[in-house]
Amino acid sequence: MTKEILKIENLQLEIGGKEILKGLNLTVRKGERTVLFGPNGAGKSSLLYSILGFPGYRPKAGRILFRGKEITDLPVNERVKLGVGVAFQSPPAIHGIKLREMLQICREGISAAQIKRTSKLMNMVEFLDRDVNLGFSGGEAKRAEILQILAQKPGFVMFDEPDSGVDLENVELIGKQIDAFLASHTGMVITHQGYILEFMRATRGCILYDGRIICTGDPKRILRAIRKKGYAGCAICKHPMKR
Amino acid sequence: MQASHEKIENLNQLPKDIKEASALAGINPTEKERSGSFFQLDHSVICAKSAQEGVEVLGIEDALHKHSWLKNYYWKAVDPDKDEYTKAAKDAPPRGYFLRTLPGVETTYPLQSCLFIGKEGLAQKVHNVIIAEEGSHLHIITGCAVNLHIKGASHIGISEFFVKKNASITFTMVHNWAEGVEVRPRSVAHVEEGGTFMNNYFCLKPVKSLQLYPAIHLLGKGARTSSGSIVMGKGNSLIDIGFRVFLKAENTSAETIARAVAQDQSKIFARGHLIGEVPKIKAHLECRGLILSPRAMIHAIPELEARQENLDMSHEAAVGKIAEKEILYLMSRGLSEDEATSAIIRGFLKVDIKGLPVKLKAEIDKLTEMEFGI
Repeated sequence: MTKEILKIENLQLEIGGKEILKGLNLTVRKGERTVLFGPNGAGKSSLLYSILGFPGYRPKAGRILFRGKEITDLPVNERVKLGVGVAFQSPPAIHGIKLREMLQICREGISAAQIKRTSKLMNMVEFLDRDVNLGFSGGEAKRAEILQILAQKPGFVMFDEPDSGVDLENVELIGKQIDAFLASHTGMVITHQGYILEFMRATRGCILYDGRIICTGDPKRILRAIRKKGYAGCAICKHPMKR
Repeated sequence: MQASHEKIENLNQLPKDIKEASALAGINPTEKERSGSFFQLDHSVICAKSAQEGVEVLGIEDALHKHSWLKNYYWKAVDPDKDEYTKAAKDAPPRGYFLRTLPGVETTYPLQSCLFIGKEGLAQKVHNVIIAEEGSHLHIITGCAVNLHIKGASHIGISEFFVKKNASITFTMVHNWAEGVEVRPRSVAHVEEGGTFMNNYFCLKPVKSLQLYPAIHLLGKGARTSSGSIVMGKGNSLIDIGFRVFLKAENTSAETIARAVAQDQSKIFARGHLIGEVPKIKAHLECRGLILSPRAMIHAIPELEARQENLDMSHEAAVGKIAEKEILYLMSRGLSEDEATSAIIRGFLKVDIKGLPVKLKAEIDKLTEMEFGI
């Protein structure tokens, strides 16, 4: 059996008294390319923050294992050191910290040549000496996120809505780079519209709905079903797929 | 009569403690890469020398004897009756420095001047006159400091700057005071046609109270000024700092950038007042403050005063604590919470201050990082 990278058991999360995740179970195996679908407000980003260990997103019950080790109570940076990575949907701008420095934070000792090479791939060379995300357009911020992932090379990466608020040209660039990166890494792409799937291959799709994973299976089939019936239709589906 | 200190040949002869304290205010005791040095200890001018032709470095008393014309500058920019501090300075014997570049001369390296308080309870009063003659470029780094053991003292500093036609003065001041010291600089600059006045200020150590609000008058066409300041409030420091610029001629421009960080119980007032008196001027004011303690306070007071149509004046001000999402962002790239916080503060203080030579900027950055433990 392929090695489990991430295993989430019975995860329950409450934010401001509201139940967001209601006993969620999810396993990601090495080399898998999972797409997590779900409508706005389903708890996709909350799940991601919970996996990352953000304060305010600590689970009420359940546990998270990463490469067999329980990380439920570890601080963010400890999880990152173990190999958890994330490309944010809307990263904050930070005054005085250049994109170049972010790449140096992502990978200590990264060479100038490596920085140049990866920045070229993401079409971000001219942004290296700008304050990270400050005045970046939607597409530029997403490209900067992927660029940081390319530098960091985490064993498991979550891409939060890499295709939202981005023009088609950028979705293509971002999708292709994620696809190339996942040839040698494990990843989970969060999307509610699924445009990114036109430019990247996925091996498995999951639907997060009402705080639980309600369907798991072939990503293209799932996307077709969502487009046909809508998420509400999926919720009442009599034949949910299972892996 | 106040006790006076012996003159010295060079700054390396300073006692070790004074040398170290003044080094933290940017003074280089080796005098390497400086075009001249001035040092006043308490009330005594103990060193005043130029290392470059066409550059004058004198104690103000000597300068008043040497140049009879200096009376046309002395107390001509600052009004001696402005307040109790200027009055106190007027009544004191003339101390402080006179720095001047002759027409067309450019300082190879910055001049350095230091006003140092080594005696407990001393009330230092100085009057400085700085002149860049036509087409000359004068670069100064000035440090004010006290001995480590000083519990209480005061400093009143009058500074009058005259930037002649097409000349420039870059004036970088580093303050290294102590918790019991009261500081009252009173400065005015006159900038003539095509002249540039760049005024940078750093206060990284605690101070009892500091009030600094230089007025810069852009008098000739195309005159420019830019001001940059980094101020850290620590302990019980009360800091009231700002820049006021009068834009009095066409095509003049002013830019001021301020960064304030308040720790502990410190209070910082960050002011800025730009006054556009004629059309076709451009002025911008930027002030950002970071509060690192629930007991600290920053009060930003940016003011724009337009007295004509057809001018371009703007300001931006932002005050707050470090945003948690920024810390989490850096943590999600592998930094610990402390490392992330330090990186954000360091970034906040990394201001692109104009007119600062790379080397001097590196020195200031080092002082800042040392002071902040970042």
